[in-house]
Amino acid sequence: MQRDGNGNAATEPSLKVAALVSVGRHPVTGRARRAEYDARAVEIGLSLAKGGDLSLVHAGASSPETEAALRGYLGMGPGAVDVLQQPEGSDVVPALESWLRAAGPRVVLCGARGETGEGSGLVPFILAERLGWSLVSGLAEIESVDRDTMTVLQALPRGQRRRLKVRLPAVVTVDAAAQPARQSAFGPAQRGELHRVASEVVPDAAAREWTVAPARKRPKRLKIVKAASARDRFKAAAAKAEGSGGQVLTGVSAQQGAEAILKLLREEGVLR
Amino acid sequence: MLDVVLPILIFASLALALLGAIRRIRLWRQGRPSPVSVLGGLAAMPRRYLVDLHDVVARDKVFANTHVATGGGFVAAAVLLILVHGFQFESRLLSWALLAATAVMFAGALRVAARRKNPPARLSRGPWMRLPKSLFAFASGVFLVTLPTAGVLPASFGGWALAAVLTLIVAWGISEMFLGMTWGGPMKHAFAGALHLAFHRRPERFGGGRSTGLKPIDLKDATAPLGVGKPADFTWNQLLGFDACVQCGRCEAMCPAFAAGQPLNPKKLIQDMVVGLAGGTDAAYAGSPYPGKPIGEHGGDAHSPIVLREGRALVDADTLWSCTTCRACVEECPMMIEHVDAIVDMRRFLTMEHGNTPNKGREVLENLATTDNPGGFDPASRMNWAADLDLPLMAKRGTADVLLWMGDGAFDMRNQRTLRALVKVLRAAQVDFAVLGNEELDSGDVARRLGDEATFQTLAVRNAATLAKYRFREIVTCDPHSFHVLKNEYPAFGASYAVTHHSTFISKLMEKGRLALGEWTGGRVTYHDPCYLGRYNGEYEAPRNALKGIGIKVVEMERSGFRSRCCGGGGGAPITDIPGKRRIPDMRMEEINSTKADIVAVGCPQCTAMLEGVVGPRPEVLDIAELVAAQLVAAPAPARGADKRVQVERAVEVVA
Ligand code: SF4
Ligand code: SF4
Repeated sequence: MQRDGNGNAATEPSLKVAALVSVGRHPVTGRARRAEYDARAVEIGLSLAKGGDLSLVHAGASSPETEAALRGYLGMGPGAVDVLQQPEGSDVVPALESWLRAAGPRVVLCGARGETGEGSGLVPFILAERLGWSLVSGLAEIESVDRDTMTVLQALPRGQRRRLKVRLPAVVTVDAAAQPARQSAFGPAQRGELHRVASEVVPDAAAREWTVAPARKRPKRLKIVKAASARDRFKAAAAKAEGSGGQVLTGVSAQQGAEAILKLLREEGVLR
Repeated sequence: MLDVVLPILIFASLALALLGAIRRIRLWRQGRPSPVSVLGGLAAMPRRYLVDLHDVVARDKVFANTHVATGGGFVAAAVLLILVHGFQFESRLLSWALLAATAVMFAGALRVAARRKNPPARLSRGPWMRLPKSLFAFASGVFLVTLPTAGVLPASFGGWALAAVLTLIVAWGISEMFLGMTWGGPMKHAFAGALHLAFHRRPERFGGGRSTGLKPIDLKDATAPLGVGKPADFTWNQLLGFDACVQCGRCEAMCPAFAAGQPLNPKKLIQDMVVGLAGGTDAAYAGSPYPGKPIGEHGGDAHSPIVLREGRALVDADTLWSCTTCRACVEECPMMIEHVDAIVDMRRFLTMEHGNTPNKGREVLENLATTDNPGGFDPASRMNWAADLDLPLMAKRGTADVLLWMGDGAFDMRNQRTLRALVKVLRAAQVDFAVLGNEELDSGDVARRLGDEATFQTLAVRNAATLAKYRFREIVTCDPHSFHVLKNEYPAFGASYAVTHHSTFISKLMEKGRLALGEWTGGRVTYHDPCYLGRYNGEYEAPRNALKGIGIKVVEMERSGFRSRCCGGGGGAPITDIPGKRRIPDMRMEEINSTKADIVAVGCPQCTAMLEGVVGPRPEVLDIAELVAAQLVAAPAPARGADKRVQVERAVEVVA
């Protein structure tokens, strides 16, 4: 158990934790800021690495604006952020991968969704795959960390939680289920250091094909309620939406799983 | 025998007092540097004491006379004592003068004793309870030993036994009065107070002036501490100021947070700072505690943290966050101590170093940084309230007589009614005005008072740059907080403008006959002075004149004018929301209710919101602009040459 490890800090080396942080974008004004979910990842990192072995890394292009946004994470307490210099249009995964290999953290935390760039994409998944580390998405809380495993609570829809035992090292993504990030303070934000680190640059071939547009709120599926009385309407409104018609597939092959997913997407009209 | 013992006693105690003074001065010098004019300050000190300080003391007539008698008698007696008994000048005249001085002092001491018989809760007890006795000892002891020198009694009167007794009495008096002054004791206030007046950090306050704007931090200086984290982070003259406190509790009696049972007592806070500068615990404090916090559990020293993230140190964070920055304490303090400066200094550290602003503080500060308004609204929607008003924009006009500063009330549906009323009044008077529109940002008031000096300065610099683009004669606003910040705190950022509160502007329009107004037929009206208009800026008359202009006779509350009680909305207090036993606006509404008013006139969006938040039945809360707008007679100004006036003023504007 690491979290109450003040006493045995001498015998047990403190847990190495890394957090991937990106430059966020305010939903209303579009101003650069610390990204909401990444900040929550840092928050978990801070409580996990009470001993102080939390390192932050960012891969991307440097500008005064992005640096001010990254200082938002420093204002939470960590002393430095490693900034892997990646010009616009490069694939950040190789740079992050080699940084992670060199740093060798036991736990890598990041936001489930960034607010700009590719932080919102498959980065954590690809990283975990390339490194051969475990991956948990939608982390709510890390309960305990042992030598080779940790126990975490994963958030499921509608407030449900699932307790998982995860082999280390692991990449975990954090979203709205995790506790909110602490306030960012001006003093530590100014004093913290942004270490510019030169890193390999691989152009992102796939991204060149993409068009990028600001995300919009997805339309909500209307619930059609046929109710005769006010009481029924109230019950329908208050009831949690039963996921009807869904199925849990266990022990099926990848092929069968993929087919089931495709079938559902066609039924829902997502794929035509 | 007395002529041997007394000089020894006097000079020995003076020497010891001098040692104590050196020690005390070194304690103050633990603070950070603060430039003062030493000679100028010392030269100005007697006047500051006799005029400015006594103006405040004299609000309590009886005690003012008491203090003049006791203090004046003592100073005269001390000087004469040194001459007559220390240097043994043989002068009947001096001896008689000394007798007179001690007699006056004795009379004063009688009154001090009377006040101490059943002291009001605001007064500290402890060592202060022995003060009248010590005063008696000094006055009567010195009186008696002077009788022989004055020739009233023979020199050998009473023999050695009486001389010994008298010596003891005089020694008691002298040790309280001379040693206590510098080694700590009730009389410390005289020594520290005199120097505090001389080296006050806001010398502008003396001679009838006003200085209420917070002092900026130089954020570019990486060595400057971000606020105050330990007592030694205060400037030395702030520490000196704390030491001057007489524990009279006038601040405590005025503090709305204390009255509401929130964990704040300005007197205790100042005493805690004294504990901090000298080192120790608050166990010896003998006044009212912070509501809900027992005495004796807090302590610290000059170089230890004042507030701990977890656990207790000198002060708890919720004490600092309870303050509404209403300045009632500062206004009332006879020693001119600056509580609000100290509180904001410590808040700055909590926000900018700890990142620990309670409750909604984090959210509000983040909103201010990312959307330029505390509510997190889209800054492009700032003008939505006036979509149908076709307000002239500075960006299009470039110049106008009056720049109407809207404030963040532009986002608040209640305040939008006030703004619309104000626009109606301005239009009726044919005032040439324009607004910044979406270019306007939050003034930074709340950020600054929540301790976020960085966000405040960013907003101030950006607003100053916007203002510099345009030409106007004055800024008019219906928000006293914007008013105060623009007027008193922006000049440090290169933006010095004439700023007027809308009540002042409206009352001037009335004087000039620019408004055609009907007669008031509504009910009884009382007026609630906003802290940031009244105590911060001394504007008590204009709002009342504006109300008089529409025929309203204001029924005054018991606490009004400079003694008005805060609505609870200032200083970010509704954001940090520290629980107490009652709510401050409820207490204020009780005072409003006791005037039996049907309407309470206000002049501030915060006051409006706080007072309207009180559950009914209660009087209606209406802004002065709304009351005036409702009295406008349909036709625009019936213009005895009103047109000409407008033109004359335009001409002035072109020249300017
Ligand atoms: S701070 Fe001022 S008002 Fe308050 S107790 Fe001390 S001297 Fe009196
Ligand atoms: S400013 Fe007002 S709330 Fe704050 S301590 Fe002084 S009297 Fe109390």
